Parts: sequence; C-alpha cells; structure tokens
Amino acid sequence: MSEAAEQRDVIEFDVLIVGAGPAGLATAIRLKQLQDDLNVCVIDKASTIGAQILSGAVMEPGPLDELLPGWRDNPPPICQPVVKDQFSLLTETGRYWMPNPPQMNNHGNFIISLGATCAWLAEQAEEAGVEIYPGFSAAAPLFDETGEKVIGVSIGDMGIDKAGNPKDGFMQGVDIHAQVTVLAEGCRGSVSKTLIKKYELDKAVDPQTYGIGIKELWQVPAGRVTPGVVQHTIGWPMDTSTYGGSFLYQLDEDRIALGFVVGLDYKDPQFEPFEAFQQFKNHPSVKPLLEGGTIISSGARAIVEGGIQSLPRLEMPGALLVGDAGGKLNVPKIKGTHMALRSGMMAAEHLAKELTSTGFDQEWRGSASADELHKVRNIRPGFHRGMWMGLINGALETVTLGKLPWTLHNHNDHDALRKINEPRLSPEYDASARTLEPRDRLASVYFAATEHDEDQPVHLKVADTNICVTQCKEEYDNPCTRFCPANVYEMVEEEGQTRLQINAANCVHCKTCDIKDPYQIINWTTPEGGAGPNYVNL
Amino acid sequence: MKILVCIKRVVDYNVRIRVKPDGGGVVTDGVKMSMNPFDEIAVEEALRIKEAGNADEIIVVSIGAKQVQEQLRTALAMGADRGIHVETTENIQPLTASRMLLNIAQSEGVDLVLLGKQAIDDDNNQTGQMLAALWDRPQATFASGLSFDGGKATTIREVDAGLEVLEVDLPAVVTVDLRLNEPRYVKLPDMMKAKKKTIDVKTLADLGVEAAPGVSSLGVRPPEGRQAGKKVETVEELVKELQARGLVND
Repeated sequence: MSEAAEQRDVIEFDVLIVGAGPAGLATAIRLKQLQDDLNVCVIDKASTIGAQILSGAVMEPGPLDELLPGWRDNPPPICQPVVKDQFSLLTETGRYWMPNPPQMNNHGNFIISLGATCAWLAEQAEEAGVEIYPGFSAAAPLFDETGEKVIGVSIGDMGIDKAGNPKDGFMQGVDIHAQVTVLAEGCRGSVSKTLIKKYELDKAVDPQTYGIGIKELWQVPAGRVTPGVVQHTIGWPMDTSTYGGSFLYQLDEDRIALGFVVGLDYKDPQFEPFEAFQQFKNHPSVKPLLEGGTIISSGARAIVEGGIQSLPRLEMPGALLVGDAGGKLNVPKIKGTHMALRSGMMAAEHLAKELTSTGFDQEWRGSASADELHKVRNIRPGFHRGMWMGLINGALETVTLGKLPWTLHNHNDHDALRKINEPRLSPEYDASARTLEPRDRLASVYFAATEHDEDQPVHLKVADTNICVTQCKEEYDNPCTRFCPANVYEMVEEEGQTRLQINAANCVHCKTCDIKDPYQIINWTTPEGGAGPNYVNL
Repeated sequence: MKILVCIKRVVDYNVRIRVKPDGGGVVTDGVKMSMNPFDEIAVEEALRIKEAGNADEIIVVSIGAKQVQEQLRTALAMGADRGIHVETTENIQPLTASRMLLNIAQSEGVDLVLLGKQAIDDDNNQTGQMLAALWDRPQATFASGLSFDGGKATTIREVDAGLEVLEVDLPAVVTVDLRLNEPRYVKLPDMMKAKKKTIDVKTLADLGVEAAPGVSSLGVRPPEGRQAGKKVETVEELVKELQARGLVND
C-alpha cells in the first residue's frame, strides 16, 4: 500500500478548494480578483458543476453585489425577484394565515436555483482564470511529514470493483497539494468531518445540529403560478414536538420549487421525513397547485442548523472551513447562500494577504456575519420544547434583537431518538389518498437521476452491521430504513436471517444517515468521482 | 495515418428527457450534457489505434455552440492531439454535419474518419453513411472490432445472423458500436494538459457549407402516461372486468 502511495502523481496549486458550491466558488473568484497570479483549483465530486447542489432557495443579494457588481445585468438562469411572502400554519385539512416572521421578510431578495447559480458562478470563475474540475472527489485529506499540517487532498481511485480489486481501466487517483486547502464541501462534508475531529475544531462549542431538506421542482399547467410568491408553512403533517416546515416558491415558466425541512433532532424513531413531505404536497391547499403537473427534478440534502454556538473553529494548520462546511446557515432566515458567499469572500481576502490559514477564525468571528448569527442564536434551540414554545421564544428573541443575556445550548441529533416502545409522536399518514407523483422513495430517486457504477466498493461504511440486527432492531427498529430519503437502507430476510442491505447506488449524497444514525456507526465516504445525483435546477 | 473523430454534445444518458411544454423539442437548459457515448467509444478506439503504432495524429471535431468545446476538451484529455470546433447556433442536421466533415476530411487529408454509429439524442444513424457517399469512399458501419493491415481496415459488425467481417480500403469511414471497447477514465493531470491543447474555431462559412435544414420538425411530444391499473381478487372478477370493458365476449 505504501509503495502505491509513493507512486501517486502529485499536482501542486497555491490554493485548492474542495467543493464548487457558493462558498467555494466565491473564494475562487475573489482570490483571482485580488491576486491574479495565484494558481487556484476547485474540485467537485459531481459530474458537472451544480448537479449535486440542492437548496430552496431564496438569496439575499448583498454579497453577490459585492463579488460581481454587474451580475444583475447577466443574472443566473433562474432568478426571480420575490414579490410576496406568506406564512401559515397547517392543520390536516385547514390553513391559517399568520404574520410573516420579520427574519423571513424577503423584500429585495431573489428566488434562485442554487444548482443553476453555481453552474453560472463556475463560468465566471473560469473566465477569471480559476481551474475547475468536476467529477473528481476528495477522498481524504493529506498531511505533511509531521502529520500536523494539511497539505491537500487525495483524489479517489476510479475503476475498483465491489471487492476492492482494480478492474480493467483502473485509474489511480492523484494527490493535489496546495499551500492552503479551503474546505467548501457543504454540510457534513466527509473531509471536513475528518479534519474537525482530528483538530478538535468543535471542542469549545456545542455539538453541531442538522436538518434534512427534501425538494422537488415541478412543471405545472399554465396559469397557476404567480412568479415571485414565497410561501412557508409550519404545523401539519408534523406533530408539534418536531421542528420543521415547508417551502413553496413560485417561479417563472410555470415552475414551482417546493420542499420540506425537518430538524434532525426529531424524537420519534417511526417518523419518516420523506413521507411528511409527500403528505404536505397532498394537503388540500397545496395539491391543486401541482395536480396535472410533472416533476422536473428532485433530491435531498442535510442542512446545518447549529448556528453560532455550534460553529467550529474555522481554521487549522494549512486549511480553512468556509460556508456550510463551517456551519454558517442562518436558520430563522432559512438562508445560507449569502453567508456562504460572504465567508468564501472573506477567506479569499484573508489568503490574498498571506497564504496562511492563521487568523481567519478570529477575522470571521469579528465580522458582521458572526453578529448576524449571534443575534438569532436562541431561536432554533428554542424549538427543543416544541413548536408553540419555539414560536413564543422566537418572538421574544426577535423583539429583543437577540440581546437577552443567555445562550440556549444544542445537543447531538443522534441522541435525540426515543426508543421504539415509547408512544408514537408523529401522526400516521394515510398514503392511499395521495395521487401526486412520486408514489414512493424509489420513484423519487428516479427524478434525482442518481447514478453509481454498481461494481464499486459501497461508499456507505457501516462499522458493525451486527448492531443493526440486534441492538438497533430492538431499540429503534432500524430508523435508517425510514430517515433515508432514497431508500438506501433495507433490512431483508434471507433464510430466516435478517441482514442490512445497503442500496448504495440509490444514494443522493444527503448525508442524513451519517448524522442521525443513533450509534454513529455509519460513515458517508465519497464514491467514484462523478457518481451520485444529477439534479436539474435544484 | 491521420484519424478524424467526430463527436457530438448530447443530453447525458442518465438524464430523464423532458419535452418542452410548447412541444418545440426537448429541454436542455440546466441539463447535464455529455459526449455522445458512441462517439466516446470512437475516441477511445482512435487512441488505441495510435497507441498500437498505427496512427500519428488524432483530430477531434464537433459542431455547435461554444459549449461543445467542453466535449472537445474531454476528448483532448482522453488523448486526442487537437480539436476543431465549427461554431454555429443553427440546428445541425446529418447532411450539414456530413458536408462539414467532408470539407475537413479532405483539407486535413485524413485516412480514417471514426464516428459513433448514432447520437443518442436524435438516433438518426445517418452522418457516417452520408459522409462516405459524399466523399465517395468505403464505409463500414456498426464496428465492434477494428484492425489494420497496410492500406486496409478490417471491421467486425454484429448482424442478425452472427458476425460479419468487412474489409475496406483506406481512406474510409467507420462508425462504431457499443461493444468495440470501454472508454478510459480521464485523469486529472490530462484534464489540465488538455486546456493547453489547440482547438481551432471555424465557421460553416469558412468551410463553404450552408446549414440548410432539409427536414423540419413538426412537433415533439412525450409518450402517453400509463393509466393506473386495478387489482382483482379472483378469476371471475377479472373476467367480469374484461367483459365490462368489452375486451372479451360474454
């Protein structure tokens, strides 16, 4: 193995950016604007830029105005100014309009497809001289000979069979070395996770917390859509102990982007986020919008929700964390794109002065972005005691501008599940009345156009599958079979024996399993470069 | 020997094809695009011919908007030597493409033109054949094996009766089938080198070709959706259902 490692090709850059999302691309563009002579490389595991990006998304344009001042004359392909905000509480058959929370006022903001926006940003970056390579996944971080400093990442090999042996056409991955590596992998990135652990970047803060977002883009019959209308709901189809709600954004060309977000601190092991989303779509006030339409694309992605009290240290020797890899989403605003762009730009401004990671964490914590997160720090954890207490606390925190002299703490999502024998919290849904596609998770995966060569090692590593059939079966009845939105995990009976089957080829790279698994034995790793979902305008 | 490989940018084979709401074609905005898989096999075969010492230069050509350069770069990263991009925003039909290829094949003096047997977007399966006719040179289509001896190429094609072996004089046109080879993965260092390789940009006017669409598309529509089925418990119930729908006699 060590001999093979010595033979690996090495490519050198000044700055390597892992992940071509808003944070990574903003870092790259800003770096070239400030220091044109730097060699900047961006790699991404998706087969094409934007294909594995999924977000709501309503964007605050401020950071983009600064990064690319002329962008409004040459906007990304989906860019709809918001004309109206609506907020409501759903019951099983009713809808109660509520005042729109001030943080969710979207006047002046734009509904975008973050995937399409990233493809567009990548064009701007390439014009600025950035080298962007989609289809190459960062398999692991690389360290210098002391093991103390990050010096780059290794790219995964291609052409390895299920058993781990090279196939015909096997191609060894290369090592990319850089003076500074910028991790922009998004929420729960696999390299970021390794490094946060190694350098104990989260030692002084609360555990990170997460949500899962499931999204679909619909083409509906002409005449129904009012472009620019932004709608959010809370309440049904979830019980009040579970944090989350829906978004529904009306776009141009008779398109609707809609989805459902659930806090991964949900308690009920029987709860199924995918089913909640499908029930929401079939609500009497939503279904008429979609009926007769078709799904253009669908997918899912974990979302970082911990805020400032869970924000890890953003620097380590040789590397930085930007965007959601560092956990910068603003939950009450339900927006992270502006924070991601801003943190990328700040990282670039830091690196343009000197190519070192030292000092970035302090700079970011002294910035307006940190203030923005500080102000809203207590709103999300206020929902630990249920929806009503959360709303009351949120209102209080809002009118006091986050100045109350306390900070509510976050807890590990994977510890939140109650045992299976405790009473059910989530409502049981009658799926038979649902008429909108997709009928189930497998049908949904089809709309994600996810693709993995089946003859490759399983990229979802379960450390001890005995736990699945014994302890987990007994305590939680295998919640992985329910929280995964792509039906990757199945318990199958064979010759009287139950075993875990991992349908890795279905995986949409949302990373929920890595987060919510109560025993923390699932490790999400990168599959072959280019594998995974191929989203269209999500 | 000099080889010309023609490649086309198409909607990726993993993408679920959607028809535009107005029926004016299929949606390509925001959709992942790739090199036509059969063309990728043609590029791979050209590389293997060169690696076996039977060719000195591989030229890849594509026609279309600026974005086709992405696919040309992929072919260059696989190992082709240089690219030609015929830039146009016109809708290009097989006859126009073959006239364009004829011009390049002649001006470059190539000995072999390799193409995919068809593009997976419109499934025309015409360009190679038309080129051979315009060029007045032999053609061997659907090749699943290819070898060279002197000024001749021998191809194997899969036909209903078994395998057919054809020998053609060079220069010739060969279109390739799925089982000819398995294309290689592109290496990152080669992607980087490919950025430095030359792509000549030409227009149809430079080549003296007019994009005259001889065929006009009247409309595109998706297949009818399947009606929901109904489960019946017994044979009697099934017969009753079929009778009620007039599908069997009483």
